[in-house]
Amino acid sequence: MGKLLTGRNGILFMLGLSILFPLFFLDNRYVLYVMTTSFIFIIAIYGMNLLAGYTGQLSLAHAGFFAIGAYSVGILTTKAGMNFWLALVLAVIITCVIGFALGIIALRTREHFFAIYTLIVGYLIYLLIDKWDGLTGGVRGLIGIPIPNSIGPIEFNSAVSMYYLVLLFLVLSIFIGVRIVRSLTGRTYIAIRNSEELAQTLGINTRTNKLVSFVVSVAYAGLAGGLYASLTRFIGPEIAGIEMVFNFLVYLIVGGIGTLTGPIVGTMLFIWLTQFLQSFQEYRMLIFGPILVVIVIFYPTGLAGAFYSLKHKWLGNKEQKKEKISEIESMKKTSIQSREV
Amino acid sequence: MAFIKIEGLTKQFGGLTAVNDVDFEIEKGKITAIIGPNGAGKSTFFNLISGFHRPTSGSIIFEGIDITKTPVHIGAKLGIARTFQTTHLFEQSSVIDNVIVGHRLRTKSNLFDAVFRTRREKQEEQEAYDRAIEALDFVGLLDLVNRQVAAISQESKKRVAIALALATDPKVMFLDEPAAGINPDETDNLAELMKKIAQSGITVCTIEHKMQMIMGLADTIMVLNHGAKIAEGTPEEIKNNPIVIEAYLGGDALAEVN
Repeated sequence: MGKLLTGRNGILFMLGLSILFPLFFLDNRYVLYVMTTSFIFIIAIYGMNLLAGYTGQLSLAHAGFFAIGAYSVGILTTKAGMNFWLALVLAVIITCVIGFALGIIALRTREHFFAIYTLIVGYLIYLLIDKWDGLTGGVRGLIGIPIPNSIGPIEFNSAVSMYYLVLLFLVLSIFIGVRIVRSLTGRTYIAIRNSEELAQTLGINTRTNKLVSFVVSVAYAGLAGGLYASLTRFIGPEIAGIEMVFNFLVYLIVGGIGTLTGPIVGTMLFIWLTQFLQSFQEYRMLIFGPILVVIVIFYPTGLAGAFYSLKHKWLGNKEQKKEKISEIESMKKTSIQSREV
Repeated sequence: MAFIKIEGLTKQFGGLTAVNDVDFEIEKGKITAIIGPNGAGKSTFFNLISGFHRPTSGSIIFEGIDITKTPVHIGAKLGIARTFQTTHLFEQSSVIDNVIVGHRLRTKSNLFDAVFRTRREKQEEQEAYDRAIEALDFVGLLDLVNRQVAAISQESKKRVAIALALATDPKVMFLDEPAAGINPDETDNLAELMKKIAQSGITVCTIEHKMQMIMGLADTIMVLNHGAKIAEGTPEEIKNNPIVIEAYLGGDALAEVN
C-alpha cells in the first residue's frame, strides 16, 4: 500500500486527474474557468517560491511583475494588434528585463529591507498602471484582449481548450521548477537561503545567483500574467494591488514555502475557498487571517511541510516499533540460550 | 616565498582599532593557532583574511597573490576555506545534502544545464556527490550520511562543517573555535582530526580558547591582545612568555608566580 503512494505515482495520478478533469465538467464553464485561473496562479506562485522558498529572498513585488506580464500582453495585442503568441513571448522578455533592472538594485538590500523595498516597487508598478491612462487605460483597465490565436487546427475559443493550454504551461513550469531545485544550481540557491555568509565561503557568488533566481522568478510571474490577460480578456490595475500581493503570500505560505507541492496545494485550496466564500465578500479575510496565523505558528513550512513531517513521524514510529520488536525477540532468544546453557 | 604573508594588517571600526598593525606568516602544511583573551581581535583577524572585512591598511599575500581586497567567494576558489563558530548548517536537511554543495565552486553547470539536465550537469552532480562522500569519510561520519543534521551531536555537526570546508578542495582552512561547546573527549577527537587535515597537506589555522588542546596541537601560536600581536612562537615559548601570562592572568598573577 505504502509503495503505491510514491512520488512518481503521485505525480502521474495528479496529472491523469487534471487531464481527465474537464470531461466531468464539459458543460460547466464556471468550474473550468476557476480551475484554469488557479493553474495560472500556481505558475506565478511557483516562481515566487523559487525566490522566496529556495533562495530565501521574500519578494513582495510579484503581483507587480504578474501585472507587467498581463499588461504587456494586453497592450501588445489590443493596441499594437500583435499575435498573442508573439505578445506572450515578448511579455516574458519584458518582465525579465524590468526584473533584471529592479533586481540589481533590490538585491543590494537584505531580509526585511528586501521585503519592504520590493513591496514598494510592487506598489509603484500599481501606481504606474493606475495613473498612466494613455497606455494602460488607467482605472478603466484594458478591454477586449483577444484569445490565443489558433495553432493549425487547434482553436482556443472554448473553456476546455483554454484549460488544456494553461495546463500545458503549468506542467512545463513545474517541470522546469523541479529541475532547477534539484540541480546543482538549486543546491546553490538553497545554500544562499541557509546562510549567505557560509555560501560565500563556499565560493558561491551570492549576488549573481540571487539575481538569476530573481529574474527566473519574475519570468514565471510574467508568463502567468500573460496567460491571465488572455483568459479573463479584461485586466485592471488591481491585479498589481496590495490585496493581490497578500493573496500570493497566503497561497505560498499556507501551501508550504520551500516545498515543491506547497504552491499547488495552497493556491488550489484558497482559490476554491474564495469561490465558496463569495457571499462573505471582504469578510472572508476573517477566515483567511486566522488560518494564516495558525499555519505560520504551528507549521512554518505550510500544509505540504506538515504532511511530510507527520508522514516522517508515522514512519519513524513504525520503525521504532519494529526495532523494539526485534530487540525483544533477540532478548528472548538470548534468555532461552542462557537457560539452555 | 611565504605561504600566507600578512603585513601591517589594521582594521578600525570607527574609533575602535580591532586589529592593530599585525605582521604574521603562516607556514604551509603546519597548524597555526591564534589565541588571546576575549575581545582581542581574533575573529576580526579571521574575517580580514577570509575577506568578510576590508582592512583599513596592510596587505595579505596568499601564495604570492595579493588577496587584500578579494571578495570572499573568489578567495574560496583560490583555496581559502573557513568554518564558523556556529556551524550555519541546514538542520532540516540530511548530512550529505549539506555537504554536496561544498564542491559547487569547482563545477560549471548553470541554469541552462539544470533545466535541460545536460551531460555536464549529471557528471558534475556525481562529482559533487563523490567529493562529499570522500570528505565525510575523511572526518569519520560515513555512517551518518543520511541522517538529518538536527538529529546528530554537536561534535558531529562540527565535523560536518569541516567536511563541507574540505569539499571545496582548499589549500588552507581557517577554523573559528572548532572545539567551542563540546566535551573534553570530543575535543581530543577533534584535535586528532585537525592533525589529520594538516597531514593531508592542508594548512590549518585555528582560533581556540582551549589551551590544553592548542598546546598539544599547534606548531606555531600567535597571541593577540587589544588587537596587537604580543607574542609568537612554539607552544613551549608561549607558555613561558611573561607578557602572555600577564595578558591572560593580569599583572598580579605574574607577581605571584614569580
